[in-house]
Formats: sequence, structure tokens, C-alpha cells
Amino acid sequence: MDAILAQVFTGISAGAVLLLIALGLTLTFGQMGVINMAHGEFIMAGAYTAFVVSTITAGTELSLLIALPVGFLIGGLLGLALEASVLRWMYARPLDTLLVTYGVGLVLQQVARDVFGAPAKEVPAPDWLDGSIPILGYDFPLTRLFIILLAAGCVAALLAVLRFTALGREIRATVGNRDLAETLGISTRRTDRATFFIGSGLAGVAGVALTLLGSTGPNLGTSYIVQAFLVVVVGGIGHLKGTIVAALGIGLLQAFLAHALTGSVAQVIVFLAIVAFLQLRPQGILSVRTRSLA
Amino acid sequence: MTLTVNDLRVEFDGFVAIDGVSLTLEPGRLHFLIGPNGAGKTTLVDALTGLATGSGEARYRTRDLLGLASHTITRLGVGRTFQTATVFEELSVLQNLDIAAGVHRPRWRLMLPRRGTPERVAEALETVGLTALADRPAGVLSHGQKQWLEIGMLLVQNSAVMLLDEPVAGMSAEEREETGELLRRISPERTVVVIEHDMDFVRRFADVVTVLHAGKVIAEGSAAEIREDAEVQRVYLGDTVADMTETRAEESA
Amino acid sequence: MKTSKIKHSSPYAGWLLLAIALLVLAPAVLSDFRLGLLAKYCCYAIAAVGIGLAWGRGGMLVLGQGLYFGLGAYAMAMHLKLADAGPGGVPDFMALYGDAAVPWWWEPLRSGAVAVVVILVLPVIVAGLLGLAVFKRRIKGAYFAILSQALAAAFAILLIGQVKTTGGANGLNNFQGFFGYALFDPANKRMLYFVAAGILLVSILAMAWLHRSRFGELLVAVRDGEERVRFLGTDPANVKLAAYVVAAVLASVGGALFVPIAGIVSPDDVGVVASIGLLAGVALGGRASLLGPAVGALLVGYAETSLSEAFPGSWSYFQGALFVLVILLLPGGLAQLVGMAKRTVAHRERPALEEAAAR
Repeated sequence: MDAILAQVFTGISAGAVLLLIALGLTLTFGQMGVINMAHGEFIMAGAYTAFVVSTITAGTELSLLIALPVGFLIGGLLGLALEASVLRWMYARPLDTLLVTYGVGLVLQQVARDVFGAPAKEVPAPDWLDGSIPILGYDFPLTRLFIILLAAGCVAALLAVLRFTALGREIRATVGNRDLAETLGISTRRTDRATFFIGSGLAGVAGVALTLLGSTGPNLGTSYIVQAFLVVVVGGIGHLKGTIVAALGIGLLQAFLAHALTGSVAQVIVFLAIVAFLQLRPQGILSVRTRSLA
Repeated sequence: MTLTVNDLRVEFDGFVAIDGVSLTLEPGRLHFLIGPNGAGKTTLVDALTGLATGSGEARYRTRDLLGLASHTITRLGVGRTFQTATVFEELSVLQNLDIAAGVHRPRWRLMLPRRGTPERVAEALETVGLTALADRPAGVLSHGQKQWLEIGMLLVQNSAVMLLDEPVAGMSAEEREETGELLRRISPERTVVVIEHDMDFVRRFADVVTVLHAGKVIAEGSAAEIREDAEVQRVYLGDTVADMTETRAEESA
Repeated sequence: MKTSKIKHSSPYAGWLLLAIALLVLAPAVLSDFRLGLLAKYCCYAIAAVGIGLAWGRGGMLVLGQGLYFGLGAYAMAMHLKLADAGPGGVPDFMALYGDAAVPWWWEPLRSGAVAVVVILVLPVIVAGLLGLAVFKRRIKGAYFAILSQALAAAFAILLIGQVKTTGGANGLNNFQGFFGYALFDPANKRMLYFVAAGILLVSILAMAWLHRSRFGELLVAVRDGEERVRFLGTDPANVKLAAYVVAAVLASVGGALFVPIAGIVSPDDVGVVASIGLLAGVALGGRASLLGPAVGALLVGYAETSLSEAFPGSWSYFQGALFVLVILLLPGGLAQLVGMAKRTVAHRERPALEEAAAR
């Protein structure tokens, strides 16, 4: 029983990390069809932001709370720069954006290596996240609990923006029907930029959060990006609720499999499970407009 | 080859697009399918070609087409065109037709390059009047020529049943005339079904007309009979769609 | 703006040039060390030729070709380790990490013939099963790209996790012989170069045939109008499957040759980074062209070595910039430039001819 409970907690916290990362991806993927491989490097940028903030503030208790909004800003600005310089020319070729953004990611990794050095950096967690609290008899690390709450907070904030603000309405309209939104007077260019800012900013937040779990190196993003994309695919592109379910589902599946088998075999089985799942529900591909097949 | 549709029903998320349609589509005559927007004409063709799931029966030779995959239906000899002509723009007219002719070749022949113009393809080029343009990329064809190319693709497939979705929409008067003649030429040996809005065109070329309204067949007969039909008049007059030159919106999402 | 050529004016002239460069020029000019490196690039180029078919011609963004490269490479490496150990012997690393027993699934690879069969057939099976599952369910575009990438990632993780039987993160290395030929002998290394270059040239010829065949035309048709092809009586899934399987086999062959030439295979050669790395050359050379993928792969291999030697750390910048600039500005790759140059020349010649005719 305790073992099961432990795996549930591990799974949920792994799912929360995946969710934090996939949230921004599903936004940009869903709205613009852009497959942003540099998302991983935006995460890395967020993590290094936490490192810099913690160095500047000399490890005060508030450095994490300062780093979160700064990380959002840094990630968002990187996203804006990417959109304005490269991606805006490529909306007609969504599949090619994958390779272009991968190239950008490579450059960003090397920049990080040149600026911060190849060895990983440690960001000290604040004292108030030190230790654990007992939940149902299981000692739950506070850092993990913090990440779960952060993920929940980000989902809530994103939903609020989408539902209650003018920008959110414009984003939803653009996702639904880009041409129609355009004729309704929505500047889809501006909406795209805003979406990219928010999506990339969430990557920055995820990066700050990841410093609580481990050290920060130039390759931080690459280790998460593949799984995050799987979450987006399983959840259904552009569907927030699907993303949430997929992130938690994959996190839990992995936790239980890793407990029963080894970590590497678990990853392979999770992948096979995802292929099997897509056999049942290959999303988004079934709508065919028949008047023209183009 | 006769295609018999029995009590066909198609539903999208609770919306009934086709509501118990029964039809007999016979070879040797030009069969027109008309009806106001949203009547279910395209959906009917979709259901017969594997693009929409329907219940009921669509008997062709010994098979029920409902539930078969699109490519299997094509191989059985039931072909279709699309309202917006869809051809392979980067391939030449000849290559487009040659690919369509592939249905009749054994699979291993795919490994060989094409040499010259297969006879069947040459015939189709002649029939649809594109011989002179055979080596041009299909992308440079006019809208009307693309529709003819699509019909040509059905010819090389040797489709016994051809379902044409508004082949003359957007064509000039001259092109319409030529298309009408083309349909006349090819209909004696096959079952040709045409979805059309232009009543003038229907009157001139139709042997049989079926009128669909709200997913149901409300009348069937010659063009003259249809014109006299009280029910048809009511449907068309009660509907602004009576205007033949209106721009049409999407019938179903 | 896509780059497929409808007409294949004369692919063989370019092929002949490449053949002369690889088989005559390079062995005459290059040192043994450089020739060994070129042999390595040839292995990448063989995989690239397959990627050109699947991605350039078929429109399938194959992000996980490292998987098939790795299947071929590990099959070859396992055979070489077993051959080195001698009949009934145990590969050295197994004694180091594990209980010095050869696992059952290693045993068949003692035979060289079985190894060759595995290298050729295993990718057919894996790519066939995955392709069936994916293409029949109409999973395509980004979905397919992400799945194929995840598969390569999963494979690399699996290899790292099974240290006792795969050598883990260090991979398999330190091979003594290759089908009876000593690998430390320079003459045998040269022979390996000729084998790799020869297979590369043959695979390009095979590709030229495929491009010209009806299958090649059908593949382009599927790329540009997958749904339309259904109504021509062909299931596009089968067409894509065939192209994907061919690409997988070529990657596997490239991987198998890579092992004796490079002297090592590790999870780094099969993972996400390696898989996307294979695409760099294809994009640079021209994904849909015949010679582009191979030439691009050779160029990228050469550039990586020389840049890494001259300015350590600069390769990441270069590769990143290459992806951004080529895909953004020159989606047809170098082949597009060649095509434009040819047209310019043709334009310039025509007025001259007309002038001459008028006189």
C-alpha cells in the first residue's frame, strides 16, 4: 500500500513537471502549428535565470520567488525574438519549423556553454522548501509539492487568461479559425506574438522549477523535450485538458513501470503504450473537408 | 453497372445529413443530383466513397460499399471527383493520368519507369481534350481543365460509376458546354452521376434528375417532370437558393 | 516552391563525377587518416540517401533514423565482438560488467551470415511494424515526426540501461577483425573505405531508379496529395510504408559499415541528437534531389571534423546556423542553387544563340 502511494506521488510530481513543460508547447503547437524544439532551450534559459538570480541575491530566501517572474520574462522574450526573426516567415511550412527551431536550440545550448561553462550549476533551494511533509503517512518532499502547486497555478492562470481576457478570446478565435478571425478584425500577427510570448514564458517558469529537482546544464532542455512533445501529441494538439490528463497519465505510468521494472525499460514501454494509444485515437487527422481535398 | 442505394442514413454528431435515401443509379444515362444547400448531395457521395460513415446499404455488384476503404471502393470501379479540383500540381498531366491508371497494373510494375504514353492514358487525354498539354505540370491548368483532368483520371481508372461533384461550377459558358458534351460522350458505357446547381445545365443534359432536400429524396424523373413537381417548386421557391448564381457556403463542416 | 524535379535530365553525369571523386581522386590525394574519416562520412551519406527518399520525396520527416542506424551498427558490433572472442568465447566487456555469460540473443550473431541477414531484415521488420501502426491509422506530419524521434530516444535509453549486454553508455568498441581481416592493417582500412564508397554509389543508383519508377511518381503524389491518392485506388499508407522501410534499411547498412570504420558504436550514435544530425546533410544538399542528400552528408561530415579541429565548440553554432539558414532561405538545399544556376546559364545562352541566328 505504501509502495503504491509512493508511486502515485512520484507519478503526480513527474506529471506536474511534464505538464509545466508541455503547457507552453501545446499552446504554440495548437495555435500556430509551430513545433518549437527550442522550447527545451527556453527551459534551460529559465533554469540559468534562477542560477543568476540566486547568485545576485546571494541565496536569500526570496530568490526563487523572484526568479519565477524573471524566468517567465526571459523565456517570453526569447520566444518573441524567435517568432519575429524566423518563425513568422515559416507558417506555411509547419513541419520545417521543427528543424529550424532545433537549430536555434543548438545555438542557445552553445551560448550557455560558452557563458556559464559546461559543468552543471547547482541552485540552492530555499530553506522553506527544505524537508518534507507527511501526507497519508508518506513523507512528501516540499520541493515536489511546490512544483505540483506551481503547475496547477500555471494551468489556472492560463485558463483564466484564455477565458476572461480579450487576448484570450482572440487566441481562442485564432485557434478555431484563423481566416475567420482575421476577417473579424483580429490581428492574428499580434495574437501569434502574444501566444508565443506566453508559451515560451511558461518554459522559462518550468526551467526555474527544474532547478529544485537537479542541477542545471546546457543540455537540460533536451532531456525533457521529447517526452513533453509526446504529452502534447497524446493530449491532442491544442487541447489544454487533454494535455493535463496526458501529462499526469504518462507521469503515473512511468512511475509505476519504473518501480516494477528498470527506468530504461519503463521509458520504452511508455513509448510503446503511446503508439498503441494513438492506434485507438489518432487525433486531429480525421477531419477531411471533402469539397476539396487539398 | 448499377449502384443501388437502400435506406442510407448519415449522421454527424446527432445531425442527420442523409435521412433514409434510396436510389437506383443505372448505367447509360446522365443522372443529375440536385437540391438546395445542405440537402446532403456531397454527403451522399462521401458516404458512397468511404469518406463518411453511413448505415443502410449501397449495393454494387456483389459488394456493399458502406464500410469499405476509399481505395477499395475505387478499385471496385466507383470513382469520384471533388468540387474543388484536386490534382497533383507538381506532376505533369500525363503523370497524373498515369498514376490513376495504376489501378490496373500489377504491384511489382510500380518498380519500373513509365515508357511512352500508355494507350489507355492516350485515349483519355484525347477524350478530355488535354493531349496538347500532356507534359505541362497540372498546376498550370485552368480551373476547367483541372476538372477535365479529374474526369480523365476516372476514365483511365475505367470507373464504371463516376460520381462528379459540381464539375462545371466556376466554368465559363463555353467550358460548360464542352463539359456537357464530354459527359454525354462518356455516359453510354457507364453510370455517371453529377451533382449540379445550374438548372439550365441540368435541363440541357440530364436524362434523370433526383432532387434531394434535407437529406431525403423528394422527387425523381426527367428534367421536365421535375420542373412541374409541386414539392420541388415549394422547396426551391421557399429557399433563396433558387438563384443559380449564388456563392455557395460549405454544406457541412 | 517545392523542389521535386519532374524531369530527370541526366542524373548520371553528377553520379559519375561523384564516383570519380570518391573512387579515384580521394584515395589518390588523401592520407590514410583522412580517407578513414571520409569512409565514416560515406556511412552517414548512405543513411542520408534513404532519408532523402522518405523525407524529400515522401514528405515524412523521419526524425529517428538513428534507431535503424543503431540496429545495423549494434548487430555488426555484436558480431565483431563475438568473432574477436573466438568460438564459444565471451566478449571482453561482458566479463568486466557482468557474469561473463553470453546472453541467448547474442548467440546467433556469432555467424557472419546471420549478422548480415539481421542487418538487412531487422530494420524491415521494425520499420514495417511501426510504419503499419502509424501510416494505416493516418498518423502523419508532426505526429509522425515526434513519434519517430521518441522511438530513437527510447532506443538510446534502453541501450544505456542494459550495461551488461550492450556496453551501456560506452557502447561497443575495440574491434580486432572484420570478417577475418585485421582492422589495424592500413590496407584493410582502405578496403573498408572502398566498400563504403561503393555501397554509397550503388545506393544512389538504386535511388535514381526509384525516382524514375512509377513508384517514385506515386510517392511524390502521396506527398503532395495523400488523401487524393486514395481515390485513385491506392492506399497511400502502403506507398509511405515502402519508402520508410527502404530508408530504414539504408540507415541500417550505413550503421553496420560505420562500426568497423569508426571502431566504436555507442548510444550517442543512435539518439535524438545523432538522428537529427543525419538530417543536416540532407537539408543542406537538397532533400528531394538525387545527389543532394549524399553530397550534403559528406560536406557536413567534413565541415564537422575540420571546424571541430580548428575551433573547438564552434560546430554547434555552425550546425545550428545551417539548420536555420538552409531551411529558412534555401529549402531546396544546394540542389536548388544548382538548378537556379543552370537556369541562369540557359537564359544567358539563349539570347546569344538568337543573335547568332539573326546574323
